[in-house]
Amino acid sequence: MKYDVVVIGGGPAGLAAACKAYEEGAGSILILERDKELGGILNQCIHNGFGLHYFKEELTGPEYAGRFIELLKKTSVEVKLDTMVLAIEPGRIVHCVNPKDGYMMIEAGSIVLAMGCRERTRGAISIPGERPAGVFTAGTAQRYVNMEGYMVGKRVVILGSGDIGLIMARRMTLEGAKVLACVELMPFSGGLNRNIVQCLQDYNIPLYLSHTVTDIKGHDRIEQIVVSRVDENRRPIPGTEMVFDCDTLLLSVGLLPENELTRAAGITLDPRTRGAVVYENMETSMPGVFACGNVVHVHDLVDYVTAESQKAGAAAAHFVQNGQESESGRVLELKNGDRVNYTVPQKLRLSRMDKSVGIFFRVSNIFRNVEIQVTDGETVLCRFPREHVAPGEMENITLPRVLAEKAKGSTLTVQIVDKG
Amino acid sequence: MYDLTIIGGGVIGAAIAWQAARYQLSVCVLEKENDIACGTTKANSAIIHAGYDPMPGTLMARLNVRGCAMVEEMSEKLDFPYKKVGSLILAFNEENMEMVHTLYERGVANGVPGLQILTPEEVWEKEPNVTKECRGALYAPSAGIVMPWRMAQAMADCAALNGAEFRRNAEVTGVEKAEGGISLQLKNGETVLSRYVVNAAGVNAWDIHAMIAPPRYTMRPSRGEYYLLDKAVGDTVHSVIFQCPTELGKGVLVSPTADGNLIVGPNAELVSGAEDTGTTSAGLSLVRRMAQLSVPTVSFRDNIRNFAGVRANTDIDDFIIEEVDGMPGFIDCAGIKSPGLSSAPAIGEYVMELLQKTGLSLTEKENPVDTLPKKVHIRELSPQDRAAAIEKNPLYGRVICRCETITEGEIVDALHAPIPPVSIDGVKRRCGAGMGRCQGGFCGPRVHEIIARELGLSMLEIPKDRAGMFILTGETKTEG
Repeated sequence: MKYDVVVIGGGPAGLAAACKAYEEGAGSILILERDKELGGILNQCIHNGFGLHYFKEELTGPEYAGRFIELLKKTSVEVKLDTMVLAIEPGRIVHCVNPKDGYMMIEAGSIVLAMGCRERTRGAISIPGERPAGVFTAGTAQRYVNMEGYMVGKRVVILGSGDIGLIMARRMTLEGAKVLACVELMPFSGGLNRNIVQCLQDYNIPLYLSHTVTDIKGHDRIEQIVVSRVDENRRPIPGTEMVFDCDTLLLSVGLLPENELTRAAGITLDPRTRGAVVYENMETSMPGVFACGNVVHVHDLVDYVTAESQKAGAAAAHFVQNGQESESGRVLELKNGDRVNYTVPQKLRLSRMDKSVGIFFRVSNIFRNVEIQVTDGETVLCRFPREHVAPGEMENITLPRVLAEKAKGSTLTVQIVDKG
Repeated sequence: MYDLTIIGGGVIGAAIAWQAARYQLSVCVLEKENDIACGTTKANSAIIHAGYDPMPGTLMARLNVRGCAMVEEMSEKLDFPYKKVGSLILAFNEENMEMVHTLYERGVANGVPGLQILTPEEVWEKEPNVTKECRGALYAPSAGIVMPWRMAQAMADCAALNGAEFRRNAEVTGVEKAEGGISLQLKNGETVLSRYVVNAAGVNAWDIHAMIAPPRYTMRPSRGEYYLLDKAVGDTVHSVIFQCPTELGKGVLVSPTADGNLIVGPNAELVSGAEDTGTTSAGLSLVRRMAQLSVPTVSFRDNIRNFAGVRANTDIDDFIIEEVDGMPGFIDCAGIKSPGLSSAPAIGEYVMELLQKTGLSLTEKENPVDTLPKKVHIRELSPQDRAAAIEKNPLYGRVICRCETITEGEIVDALHAPIPPVSIDGVKRRCGAGMGRCQGGFCGPRVHEIIARELGLSMLEIPKDRAGMFILTGETKTEG
């Protein structure tokens, strides 16, 4: 089997990449999706709020995915569902498996990685205590409630104020459960402000900032959750314990790009994003392999996933059409400076840049009246004023090529500076 | 009336059943939980110790060395994961080196094969990540690692195929002498009659003993807490890295697991009983600190699960395997603390010897099952073999657990094992689905559905693990 472009993952990233690769004229395109339908995690996100930027209207998750699935039907893109990719071998050979076709080795002209992310678990943050039933990651609970039609608890505490946790606070409440508290380790929420208003405040669910879960009690099912305040080093303060009588703990404590396949293929990963290091066109360190969406870095709005994935899809098509371009010209490395946690892309090949490139990143805390600066170490090349930045809301700036070309040296740093 | 009833379906109960079922005996195992191998057996260091720790002349020394020697062949015949990776006891100072020499001599006296005392350079050559503070080590090449629950399941499955009956949700609440044997009352009101009874109830063995005789020892249940790290760091060390033992136990170890993860732990803390399996932030932080003395680079950032197990420690420094005074035919198998797992197969043999001495006649069955068919492990197959397996059974082509690459076919196989699981964790312990880095976040609901389908149960009836561990509280609101 041989395809021009093989897209791994049929969620929002994979769908947008495949559609765009088709538009850009790639001949044969194949999406490999491990689930039984396209759409990825959007299928369980039945709340609205998707598409405000891209479609300029409010859609639910399944509706947003549906728009792209409809678009896809009008193309010659092929889809294999129920198909798990096991390995990517040198020469862009994709090993995958499904019950119908068995074990397949597919030769790909180019590959788009769009596997998404997974949730951090209780183990990842080492919450001590007993190990009863009733501890769920918010996304797993969401699947049970929204897709399987089952309730996972009656009295609920939520740890982490990431978007899925906030959405689930409202969802569980609407289904008749009592959500007692949303507990956040940091002094600020990791979720979108609109979700804090619409999912917590509108339902009088208290948000405890700078708190965490310090004990789980209950032998068979959760009986109590102990919550403590934390100090500035995020260590629990003895004597501040609050006890909640509840049967359920939902965890919304972060998402991790799912890059086992990427790592095994020998592609360079960025320890900050835990996703692949990518160039301006979303190409990874392995020529002809591109990456987009939450497998690169965790987004908060699917609209941005779509835009990023279109970039990857177009580049994957061009790679097949033009072949591997010889590397010449300057490569700038983008670094995260003060108050910035990471940047995507991490590398810019000036000769390949369009007129400008979008740079995405997250800030390390809440800051007001600041300036985002891009500097080459000596000179600030451009400045972007912001009234308010927060870790829960991904930032992006557009860096014009003419300015990038002015950089001395090989490094550009993105930093946040107080407006003075 | 059974010939032999074993109270407890942990690794010890399973080992005794495995040995007993080879003979022409009616054998019954009573397990209080809904699955076998789900007490101490599922929550320990998973080490097959070489046998240099126990004092020469003890039952423990003899059974440990014998058990350790049995496991390799068993793992092939009974198809459970085992790797003979060897172990190192590190010395950090002169005092430790003296201990290393003492353990060497003890090991030699116990008949442990191949012991060597290594220089620091030899240690670093084997284990580059071991601390530069290392002053030498005792190397025991016969030590190994297993998946303890799989070892217990394998022995139990073999016993079941030889006719042993495994009754689950069967908690013993009373023991009495009866005509021609012993009568066991169960919590559900039933009575089980048996000519011979073995008390292999683990941490609860003391309670069973107390039903029939005054205490002969004091239980000192000791909890150990652990970290289980991602396979990405599973090769931090290649053998079992111990520190010198103290009065509290064998200390904190760092070891690969038979499944390719890294296990770190345990601490040792006296607790009140078998149910005290919670972890604590103090305990976990002690484990981290101690582990970093041996291997400073252990990456706790890659933790995927913490757990704790309770060891059946007593005030007697040996296993207690003996007929109970005044209760002929009733054998205690108590205080099976570390190295209980390593000794388990030998304990099975030894209990059969004891039973024979007390009058049970043992005649081997004509063709007892001694080999289990190899389970299909899709991720271990070559592309060609995988293709062939999927052709025979398409369910081997559907990956359900993406972290561990476990297919629906393997899950269905597990659900039709001789002693089938009834819970999500039961499936996990048999085929590994949900054992990986996402801890069942993705595959949990799908495994849940497969169990419901295969066992003909409603989703609401399937627990996470023990019978009371319900996952779902009802259906969502319906429209209208």
